[in-house]
Amino acid sequence: MTGTLYIWLIPLLPFAGFLLNGILGTRLPKWLVTTVALVAPLASFALVLNAARSIFGIGPAFDSLPYIETCPHPWISIGALHIDFSFVLDQLSLVMLLVITGVGFLIHIYSVGYMGHEEGYARYFSFLNLFLFFMTLLVLAGNALLMFVGWEGVGLASYLLIGFYFKKDSAANAGKKAFIVNRIGDFGFLIGIFLLLTNFGTLTFSEIAAKLTANPAWQGGVLTTIALCLLLGATGKSAQLPLYIWLPDAMEGPTPVSALIHAATMVTAGVYMIARTHVLFDHAPFALDTVAVIGAATALFAATIGLVQNDIKRVLAYSTISQLGYMFLGCGVAAYSAAIFHLVTHAFFKALLFLAAGSVIHAIGGEQDLRKMGGLWRKLPITFWTMTTAVLAIAGFFPFAGFFSKDAILYAAYLQGPAGRALWFVGLVTALLTSFYMFRLWYLTFLGKSRSPEVHPHESPWSMLGPLVILALLSIGGGWIGAGAGLGRFGSYLSLSTGARAAESTNPHLELILSIAAVAVAFAGWFIADLLYRQKPAEPAQLAEALPEAYKLLANKYYVDEFYGATVVKPLLGFSKYVLGWVVDFGILGGLAWLLGGIAMLAGAILQRWQSGNLRSYAAWLAAGAAAVLLFMLLPWPWTSPWPISVQFIWKVMGR
Amino acid sequence: MNLFTQGVPISWYLLLSAVLFSLGVLGFLIKRNLITVFMSIELMLNAVNLSFVTFAHQWHAVKGQIFVFFVMMVAAAEAAVGLAIIIAVFRARATLAVDRIDLMKL
Repeated sequence: MTGTLYIWLIPLLPFAGFLLNGILGTRLPKWLVTTVALVAPLASFALVLNAARSIFGIGPAFDSLPYIETCPHPWISIGALHIDFSFVLDQLSLVMLLVITGVGFLIHIYSVGYMGHEEGYARYFSFLNLFLFFMTLLVLAGNALLMFVGWEGVGLASYLLIGFYFKKDSAANAGKKAFIVNRIGDFGFLIGIFLLLTNFGTLTFSEIAAKLTANPAWQGGVLTTIALCLLLGATGKSAQLPLYIWLPDAMEGPTPVSALIHAATMVTAGVYMIARTHVLFDHAPFALDTVAVIGAATALFAATIGLVQNDIKRVLAYSTISQLGYMFLGCGVAAYSAAIFHLVTHAFFKALLFLAAGSVIHAIGGEQDLRKMGGLWRKLPITFWTMTTAVLAIAGFFPFAGFFSKDAILYAAYLQGPAGRALWFVGLVTALLTSFYMFRLWYLTFLGKSRSPEVHPHESPWSMLGPLVILALLSIGGGWIGAGAGLGRFGSYLSLSTGARAAESTNPHLELILSIAAVAVAFAGWFIADLLYRQKPAEPAQLAEALPEAYKLLANKYYVDEFYGATVVKPLLGFSKYVLGWVVDFGILGGLAWLLGGIAMLAGAILQRWQSGNLRSYAAWLAAGAAAVLLFMLLPWPWTSPWPISVQFIWKVMGR
Repeated sequence: MNLFTQGVPISWYLLLSAVLFSLGVLGFLIKRNLITVFMSIELMLNAVNLSFVTFAHQWHAVKGQIFVFFVMMVAAAEAAVGLAIIIAVFRARATLAVDRIDLMKL
């Protein structure tokens, strides 16, 4: 590998696109906006491919990585603290970059078709480019602070895009909710950064890792605290319990945004962050267990909610939360490669699911309610077939992409002793639920009879179908990169930067049995969905009536939003309104301002009497003043001198 | 005291100056006609001139005399501007009573 790879241009090109479209977008012709918006991610993708080519070109010796590019001018340099703009390309960030720029570019193309008739076309694309800038920055960052910049930036881009239809109240509120909930997580991340700085004296990931590797005995303690703080950040960004609540509402944004930001890339930032700081987590077993438990709990929790949702995008949102739970589970059992592998395949099939859902919504005129769809497979054949591959992939059927990655995580969990088997079982139940609700969505959308005969669906334009087809191919074949024992080539490649797990005796028979169990569960889910939504369409309603309490609990999403509203939002709002608003703002600050103003007004009221406009009264005051000065000069001031000032002055002049 | 042999004592000049100045102040304060008020100002200026000249004579310094020329020059300029203003005021208000020219109060 010789010469430079220009990886600093990977984030910067989308940023240029953002500036260009953001500032001039409304004045440029539409084709130029489209060109700028597409060229920026395409060029980034090309640079990533070039980097990948030159890295793979040198054969299996991946250990010449990480490859680092640093801005010659330091960013922050205070005393011993030294932070650079350093971009690090290693196995992990290269995989992430391929996914982000690749899937990102596809979604940009899709957006051209999807957003073609929308108001704010240039605004949309400038935000999308901004997102790519921050996301690639996050992934390439060589230290925690630069990562935090990207971390905050993707939050901003997410906020802007969720609230893209800002004239709608629900969209504006959803944007705010996402931003505020993310702030809670960011707080944790920030505390984690501070703790890293005080305990390690550096924020560079490689130096932290080196210090930890040099001290294998350093376990737990402050490391656990740091890891838990980072985990809080990760749960916010990656929509895990207890901070997942913003993601379902984020579906208010345009569908391609849901696909790119709220399914394929941004929400996986938490998983990436844990994988990036995995050395820390490896030294903090308690934090690692917490990650696993949160992941498994979130996976199951979100999947159960997904069972009864009727909005097509919300089903997908809960499924995203659930799949992110799998990734956390993978991280939590220290199978970082498996988690990243699932991240990659999930990016393929979940982006595909969202884009296909967008194609459906686009086709039937903005309707998102599953109960009003049905029988669309004849009208939208390409959307139907691509969606089918995605459903098969997420349900975990062999040989689709989801099978390999989900299996790797479950297998890794199973190997972790009795507690690991419990996690594995939760994962398996989640797989059953996943398969069920995905096929439910599939049946309700595409099969059966149309429930809204008045709409005339039309297949989407090729700018939308092209990305669908490419992603479908990736969803079918993408899993093979990680096939084989220990994730095959992918595992051995990625383990160089995520670390190989403590050597477990890989047991091919056990893995085969677990795989068969997983596929059997996926078939069971399909079978139940088939039974309920194809053979006996009346059954689901009866089931809901038979179990009213359970159904209400799920349909209302376990009342978590209500719970947070009552315990956090309401007290905070009340505190803000009454204590901060009335007492502090109106009472103290306002009172102070009124007091100062009152003094000035009172003084003015008194002094304005002098401003009578009567020339002679002015003259009289003048004369009185002159007389006063004269008296002051001529009268003696016994407490200073027996002589008047005028006399003293004359003495002084005469040199006495 | 023989005024023809010894000259006028300096205190007389100063007293005259003070009386003239006081008369000017009094006129300024009590007269209602704007032109009279204006003349009172001139009176005060000239009273001051007188004391300047007196002290210049007393101390044998030419500074005081030069200062008088400055004052006279400023007084001339001021008279020109002041009279112009008085004419303008009279045209606008048809009166020269200072008590009635009070539009600038609150």
